[in-house]
Amino acid sequence: MNEELIISGRNNHLIDPHLNIWHWQIPLYLFLGGMAAGILVFAALYFIRGKENEYRTAVRIAPFLTPFLLVIGLFALFLDLRHKLYFWQLYTTIKLQSPMSWGAWVLMLVTPISFIWCALHITDIFPGWRWKYSWLNYLDTFFNRYKKQLAWVMLISGIILGIYTGILLSAFNARPLWNTSILGPLFLASGLSAGAATTLILSKNPAERKRFAQIDLVVIGIELFLIVHMFMGFLASTQVQIEAANLFLGGPYTMSFWIFVVILGLLLPAVLEIMELKRFHIPAILPAVLVIFGSLMLRFIIVYAGQISRWLY
Amino acid sequence: MRYAMAVDTKKCVGCSDCVVACQTENNVPIGYCRDWIVEVTDGTYPQLETEIRSERCNHCINAPCVRCCPTGASHFADGGIVLVKANKCIGCGACIASCPYDARYPHPDGYVDKCTFCIHRLEKGLNPACAEVCPTKCIYFGDLEDPNSPVSLILKKRKYKTLIPEAGTRPQLFFLI
Repeated sequence: MNEELIISGRNNHLIDPHLNIWHWQIPLYLFLGGMAAGILVFAALYFIRGKENEYRTAVRIAPFLTPFLLVIGLFALFLDLRHKLYFWQLYTTIKLQSPMSWGAWVLMLVTPISFIWCALHITDIFPGWRWKYSWLNYLDTFFNRYKKQLAWVMLISGIILGIYTGILLSAFNARPLWNTSILGPLFLASGLSAGAATTLILSKNPAERKRFAQIDLVVIGIELFLIVHMFMGFLASTQVQIEAANLFLGGPYTMSFWIFVVILGLLLPAVLEIMELKRFHIPAILPAVLVIFGSLMLRFIIVYAGQISRWLY
Repeated sequence: MRYAMAVDTKKCVGCSDCVVACQTENNVPIGYCRDWIVEVTDGTYPQLETEIRSERCNHCINAPCVRCCPTGASHFADGGIVLVKANKCIGCGACIASCPYDARYPHPDGYVDKCTFCIHRLEKGLNPACAEVCPTKCIYFGDLEDPNSPVSLILKKRKYKTLIPEAGTRPQLFFLI
C-alpha cells in the first residue's frame, strides 16, 4: 500500500483546493447558446426545404425567442468576465487556436442574423407591423430577396455555434473530463433537442408537433449513444480520464448526472414521447420541458464537474 | 534565448522564503501567491520518502494558456517567458482553466496574474527574486541555450524531471532528483 500526502502552501482564491473559476454564467450561456442554435438550425433547415408553411412555428415563430436567448447568454458571458471594461479586446484579434475567440466571432455573426430573421417575419407576430423608415423597408426587401442565402448562413453558423459550446470545454487538456472531442457533438445534439422541444411547446399544429416529437426522439437516442461512448472512451483511457469518469460512476456527481440528465432529461421524455406517438394522452409540454431541463442540467454538471477533474501529480 | 529554472529537491527545505520574496518583489495581493511549496510523502511507514518542491509557472514551450487566450493577452515574451498583458486581458478565465499546474490566478483588479520569472529583474541582469533569496541556493536559473548558464550546467550534471510531461506542455521548470 502506498500512502501519499501532499501539503501545498498555496491557497489562491477560486483555484484551491480545486478550480472554481467558472460559475453559473458559463453553463447558462452554453445552454442558451445551444438552444438558440437548435431553433435557428431547424428554422433554416425547413425554410431551405420549402416547408415554411407546413412547419410555420419552426420557421417563423420559434426564432423570435433566439435574439432574447442570445442576448441573455451574451450578458451572462459578460458577467463572467473579471476585467469587464476590456471585453472589446475579444474583437481586436481572431485566434483560431482559441475556441473562445472564434466562438465570440461566431456569436457576432449569429446574433445579427437572428435579429434579421425575426424582422423578416415580424408580421407573423404583429400582423399590423409597418417599418417606420424607408431604409428599413429597403433592408427588408433586400434580405427577403436573399433569404435563401441567409438561411444557409444561418444553418451553418447555427451548427458551428452548437458545436462550439462543447468545443470550448474540450480544448482544455488540463481538465480531463472536458478533454474529450465528443463534447462538441454531445452539446450540439443537446442544443438541437432543446430547440426541437421549444418548437414543440410553441406549435399548435398537430402535424408539426408530431414531426418535432419524432426529431426529439431521434436526437435523444443520439445523445444517449454519445454519453455511453463518452464513458467508454474515458474508461479505456489514462488514469486521469478514468478518474474523471468516476465523478459520475460513484463520485460526487453520480446522482445528479444520472437522475437529472439521463433519467429525467433523456429516458423519461423519450418514453413519454413514444407513448404520445402511440396515441396515449400525454400533455405534450411535459416531455418538452423535461428535455429542456435535462439540457440545462447537462451544461451545469459538466462545467462544475470538469473543474474538479484534474491531472494528478 | 530560452529561460529555464531548475529546483534541487534534495536541497530544498520548504522554508517558503521564495514565496515571500516573490510576493514582496511583485506586489502580489494578500492571500495569493505566484510560487508555492509542495511536499509529497510517499511510501508506507516506516519506509517514507518526502520530496519538497518550490513550484511556479512552468513557462511551457507548448503553453495551453497562450493557445486558449481569446485576445492574445497571454503571450510569449523574449526567452519563452509566458506573460499576461493586463490591458488586453478580459478576465474570462480560459487560461486559468487550461493550465494543468494551476499556476495562474485572477488578480483582484480583474486581470489574470502569474509568475513572470521576474522579467523586470532579468532586464537589469539580476536573477528572479525567488532564486536570489533561497537560503539553500537550490534554485538555478538561466538561459538553456547558453551552455555555461547555471541552469545548463546543473542539468548536465544531475538527473531531473518535469511535472506532468504527459500533458504535452513541454514545461521549462526542472526538478533535480
